Amino acid sequence: MTTMTATTTQVYQVFIKATPEQVWDAITKPEFTELYFYGQRLETTAEKRTWHNSDGKLVTEGPVIEYDPPRRLVHGWRSLYDPEMAEEDESRVTWELEPHDGGVTLLTVVHDQLEGAPKTAESVSGPGWMMVLSGLKTLVETGKPLQG
Amino acid sequence: MPNDDDLVFKALADPTRRALLDLLYERDGRTLTELEWEIEMTRFGVMKHLRILEQAGLVVTRRSGREKLHFLNPIPIRVIHDRWIDKYRERQVSALANLKTKLEETG
Repeated sequence: MTTMTATTTQVYQVFIKATPEQVWDAITKPEFTELYFYGQRLETTAEKRTWHNSDGKLVTEGPVIEYDPPRRLVHGWRSLYDPEMAEEDESRVTWELEPHDGGVTLLTVVHDQLEGAPKTAESVSGPGWMMVLSGLKTLVETGKPLQG
Repeated sequence: MPNDDDLVFKALADPTRRALLDLLYERDGRTLTELEWEIEMTRFGVMKHLRILEQAGLVVTRRSGREKLHFLNPIPIRVIHDRWIDKYRERQVSALANLKTKLEETG
């Protein structure tokens, strides 16, 4: 078993049988994120992405850098839920939604600028984003969360 | 719809392609030249395998300046996993529901 070196750029992609509008809602509205993002309520406006945990406590807040519904969202990321990661530099998350034939949306997530956040890089790589994005796909396509 | 299961299984059914995925797992975001150094094969051969991995959605490429970088995308495998695990969950739930009905009938 080799160990993984988390890189400073990570790219994930998933096809979702839904419109870009439906996928956009699932990314930006807390009532949806709660069902696939580790039970967290993430609310996104044109200015900021605010993150509350299931108890309603504010976990973190990041600036929204680009807000172009339903095609592109870029926001800052800080992992304030962990004291060591909270000390790290802010990284960047880009969501790209591209409509394809047959009512399918290709969702690409790029998490980069992780140079100053090695612990965050390690924590979000592999299962981190994978679980979130496969959960998002299931929710949007079936209307039900994975742990249903 | 792309990300077809058949493409994923076909892509995984080759040792060179699995080796390429392992290389990207160790260090993500590599160029064709970097991957070529690690695999005993012609540049053309490696390109061909990378294209099959890309078609299956297991490798995603991004441009960074003049370089084309290859990234491992594990999500298609996860999606297959999720669907199967969910099937087992459903069976488990209905089995428990049946047991409950049985116990209540006899109880």
